[in-house]
Amino acid sequence: MASFKMSGILLKHLFRKAKTVRYPSEKKKMFPRTRGSIGIDISLCIFCGICRKKCPTGAITVDKPAKAWGIDRGRCILCNACVEVCPKKCLVMGNAFAATALTRDELRFRVEQSPVSA
Amino acid sequence: MISESTIEPATVSDIVTRVEALYRDGWRLAQIGCTRTADGAEINYSFDKALTLRTLRVTLKSLQETLPSVSRVCFPAFHYENEIHDLFGIPVDGMAIDYKGDFYRKAHPAPFAKPPEEKKDV
Amino acid sequence: MGMRTIIPFGPQHPVLPEPIHLDLVLEDEKVIEAIPRIGFIHRGLEKLVEKKDYQEFVYVAERICGICAFIHGLTYSLAAEKLMNIEAPRRAQFLRVIWSEIARLQSHLLWMGLMADAFGFESLFMHSWRIREKILNIIEETTGGRVIFSSCKVGGVRYDIDNDTLKRIVRDLKEYEKEMRAVGDVFLKDSSVRHRLCGVGVLSKEEAYRLGAVGPMLRASNFAQDLRQTGYCVYGELDFAPVVHPDGDAYARCAVRIGELYQSISLIAQAVDKIEEGPIDVKLRGFPTGECFVRTEQPRGEVIYYAKANGTKFLERLRVRTPTFANIPALLKCLPGCELADVPVLVLTVDPCISCTER
Repeated sequence: MASFKMSGILLKHLFRKAKTVRYPSEKKKMFPRTRGSIGIDISLCIFCGICRKKCPTGAITVDKPAKAWGIDRGRCILCNACVEVCPKKCLVMGNAFAATALTRDELRFRVEQSPVSA
Repeated sequence: MISESTIEPATVSDIVTRVEALYRDGWRLAQIGCTRTADGAEINYSFDKALTLRTLRVTLKSLQETLPSVSRVCFPAFHYENEIHDLFGIPVDGMAIDYKGDFYRKAHPAPFAKPPEEKKDV
Repeated sequence: MGMRTIIPFGPQHPVLPEPIHLDLVLEDEKVIEAIPRIGFIHRGLEKLVEKKDYQEFVYVAERICGICAFIHGLTYSLAAEKLMNIEAPRRAQFLRVIWSEIARLQSHLLWMGLMADAFGFESLFMHSWRIREKILNIIEETTGGRVIFSSCKVGGVRYDIDNDTLKRIVRDLKEYEKEMRAVGDVFLKDSSVRHRLCGVGVLSKEEAYRLGAVGPMLRASNFAQDLRQTGYCVYGELDFAPVVHPDGDAYARCAVRIGELYQSISLIAQAVDKIEEGPIDVKLRGFPTGECFVRTEQPRGEVIYYAKANGTKFLERLRVRTPTFANIPALLKCLPGCELADVPVLVLTVDPCISCTER
């Protein structure tokens, strides 16, 4: 039966750099696959609405007459289903997490497709 | 390969004796589950021994029919039976520990007894 | 005869990861009886199956529990595939096994940290979680999320891991194994830790079996039953034996979980060795009818999914019996006779995942 078996680990880590990330001066390392937030290239969107049907939480809204696409980041669970089914590949999963907000309304993001100049 | 399981029918009157016989034979309770059917319910009593699953199925003709408790024979059954009582409203007679409907906190009594709502395609 | 008091334990308690309430009847400092009370986190997830179709429900199934998330998604996918009579491709099955074992590693390391916290050894808690961070980085690199993987779907898996990354993961895990052994040795050999764990909450083999205990709780009482022996996914082709311990007390349960850490690393190495090339998903086939039972081994024990389908695009009934639900009677049996200060230690040896229990 041994005593103080922890001392080996403690002494080894006593003089090492801290393992915690010194946020906000250091940021956490993101990986290429990290699911942060959904982004859209609105110029490619054809407003078919497949992403809205596939979204499990109902976070996406598609307005064909107004040519607008919106997402409620508070409801989005970052499952990647919309990115996978989009026929024009205009949705992309980005690394950066959604910015913080103080009210739920600030988390609702909407973008409209500007009319194509002839 | 997923473990194959058998389903055998049982009735309200003989379920307690059959559970006792299975216990004497070395089987142990795995789960008790309830499924709502068109007008009643099916209660599945699953038993496990040596990685094999065996289920006894009791069919109730209505959700108000009383089920006898098997927790005198097999103590772990009490919380499955409380769950059935809370979620489906089926009365169970003689549970080892009876929470009298207060096992889960819920907004409405017997929420799973209601049939599924019509899904509106948004 | 001493004085009897009733002390409430929970639902808010520093040592509990999730809320559970126990009414402890104490005589002086010894526990005589314990009456459990759950229901603080009931979300009625089984009823959501009426509104979410087959592929959408995987996301709900994963969120039944945060710690054992992947294996819930996996078991649901296996149940849906069994109903539809399709089989996921070989590469997908190997990837599922690799992710399941990585999930088991992070769950056991989380448990080790909470256990150390339960008897007051906070620096050991922090070191266990420091190692867990490295496992979470592997998960994030391969799936995109740290805890909710979202990588299993009905018909296969959603992401692929290329063979070079797999070999690097195996090399990294062998490095981390040395650190895990150092921390595991503190749990198993340090005299102050043994003083808190040995002889506390003894459950004999017969009692553990009769009361329906599953997982490490059962294997710590010398009963070698592990659902992975049934060979679901590709476990049948991997070489392993259930980790058991003869004593049946809190120390034995700790030893079983630490032993399973090393077993998981070995299983991942074997799976990476044997993985085959090929597609990672198959198309779903129609709206099935029928019912099935599927059982898999979560970090906490055996989980049973019962699914019943009636030919529409929604399932008619999904019933989930999670391992902590089965371990509660065993907990009630080993509490009487222990001291009040041992109650947090014993509640944690069950590895309570109450959000699984109540869904």
